[in-house]
Amino acid sequence: MVWRAWRGRRIPLAWLLLTRQPMRLAVALAGISFAGILMFMQLGFRDGLFDASVTIHRQFDADLVLMSPRTISSIGMAAFPRRRLVQAMADPAVRGITPVHWNLLLWRNPETRTTRSILTLGFEPSDPLFIDPALTRQAQVLTQRGRVLFDERSRPEFGPIAERFRAGEVVETEVAGTRVRVEGLVNLGPSFGADGNMITSRETFLELTPASSPGSIELGLIRLEPGADAAAAAERLRRLLPEDVRVFTKAGFEEFEKTYWRTSTAIGFIFTLGAAMGFIVGCVIVYQILHSDVSDHLPEYATLMAMGYPLPSLLRVVGREGLLLAVLGYLPAYAAGLGLYALVRSGTRLPVYMNLDRALVVLVMILVMCLASAALAMRRLADADPAEIF
Amino acid sequence: MGVLVRGLCHSYGRGAMARQVLQDVDLHIDPGEVVLLTGPSGCGKTTLLTLVGALRQVQQGSVRVLGQELAGAGRGSRQRLRRRIGMIFQGHNLLRCLTAEQNVQMGADLLPELGYRARRDRAREWLRAVGLGDHLGKLPHDLSGGQKQRVAIARALAAEPQLLLADEPTAALDSRSGRDVVELLRGLAREQGCAVLMVTHDPRILDVADRLLRMEDGRLFGSLAEAVG
Repeated sequence: MVWRAWRGRRIPLAWLLLTRQPMRLAVALAGISFAGILMFMQLGFRDGLFDASVTIHRQFDADLVLMSPRTISSIGMAAFPRRRLVQAMADPAVRGITPVHWNLLLWRNPETRTTRSILTLGFEPSDPLFIDPALTRQAQVLTQRGRVLFDERSRPEFGPIAERFRAGEVVETEVAGTRVRVEGLVNLGPSFGADGNMITSRETFLELTPASSPGSIELGLIRLEPGADAAAAAERLRRLLPEDVRVFTKAGFEEFEKTYWRTSTAIGFIFTLGAAMGFIVGCVIVYQILHSDVSDHLPEYATLMAMGYPLPSLLRVVGREGLLLAVLGYLPAYAAGLGLYALVRSGTRLPVYMNLDRALVVLVMILVMCLASAALAMRRLADADPAEIF
Repeated sequence: MGVLVRGLCHSYGRGAMARQVLQDVDLHIDPGEVVLLTGPSGCGKTTLLTLVGALRQVQQGSVRVLGQELAGAGRGSRQRLRRRIGMIFQGHNLLRCLTAEQNVQMGADLLPELGYRARRDRAREWLRAVGLGDHLGKLPHDLSGGQKQRVAIARALAAEPQLLLADEPTAALDSRSGRDVVELLRGLAREQGCAVLMVTHDPRILDVADRLLRMEDGRLFGSLAEAVG
């Protein structure tokens, strides 16, 4: 088969048409690459922003998560009875639990005296909370009342907390009207819902939020025995626990948060629209290039028809030109995408990485762009009349 | 086989604007025969060529080419027939992005049975036959008018046509190479039983013809002598 195809091969007309006009080819490839880069950037930003919404979620040391069914996102966490989490211990696969209080409280910037919403987590300092062991070690300082750990990656609007703490100063401020002291720094990172984070003990948390009931929590972390099937355990817990609590796997917990931002904000729409713009610009460029290429060579196509080449074989030449342009234009776009992602990561701390899904989506978009443009340019071939060339 | 035309009429335009260019033309060419067609410009020679070359729909009359009736023949069957007809155009009509060798191979590529190398060798052979063995890799841009015309001839011949139609093939050639080309065409006609219909104004090559035809105002006259007489 291969041998037959090799033996039956023809002059690579599409390739020669493109490469013997280097200027036009360069313009076409620049246009396609530009469109590809635009799509890579827009889709990368979009996915990066969604990923950034779960910066905190990812770091919890949990296999399963309990939340109230009334919770809609990390900025609207509802409470559920703490005993539901204790009930979960009944399942043989459950190794440990951590009840977590979660609320947005007002932090007063000690320099400017202005207040700003900060995500506050309250937990029993002896319980594991985050995967990072460094955080667990630091938690011991929280056993004293009124002490908090401040996220050093919080936005600067909260004040130069980390700088002053490192300088050895005693950093004190007001949270929800109560005096607290920063007793350590953690490294978590801001997310969509929270510009900054702070961690404290359960006891201090309840002091800061007198309205909340000690018997209810916002988040329940469940750790399973090594090797246990998380999905199956989640299913068992759903049957075991009443309707006033929802069970998520950790991946489901992250997805729940991302879905909120995806569906209830314009972010997805804006960046998808940006990618669509790239697609359309690319279409226009490729169509222009192929259309003028076909027009310029119309007498030559007519000659080939006069020689007995069937019209479909000439249409395939245009189609192959489109295919070649797509492949040749995609490669530099991919390379530039890798470089620009690295630039974005270092510039904005947004977790933007090249992944296979996005690489394929952009490849398919470019293929569709080039082949659709080629199909439109093919209509010009219908004007080639072999009777006119004698 | 060969060409058999009976009662062929053709006109451009419709209704009152119609202009008749061919009137009741009868013509036959046997395989291996070289027929030269002369006549003033605008007399319908090129139209006759495009009709015999299956490039245009026959309006009235009968045109049998290589055993196939063209009156009422569809686009597809005309295109298939054209594979067996070699055409040499007044303008050379080479593909600008292909080298001389590749241009000729576009003709050879129409032969379905041959492998790539065989087709390429055939292309080289024909280029050597028209005296361009040293210019295989040149683009049309780098060839002179005469050389381009010879590439076009090699391209037409590389497809092993059974009928060869040529419109002023020697117009761009000097007298010696024009002569060579015409001798080549006649040799091919004799050797492969290929019928040749050539439109020409070149008085230097009239003697290679087996038969001379003259066309005036859309009518065909049996021979030059007859037309003049």
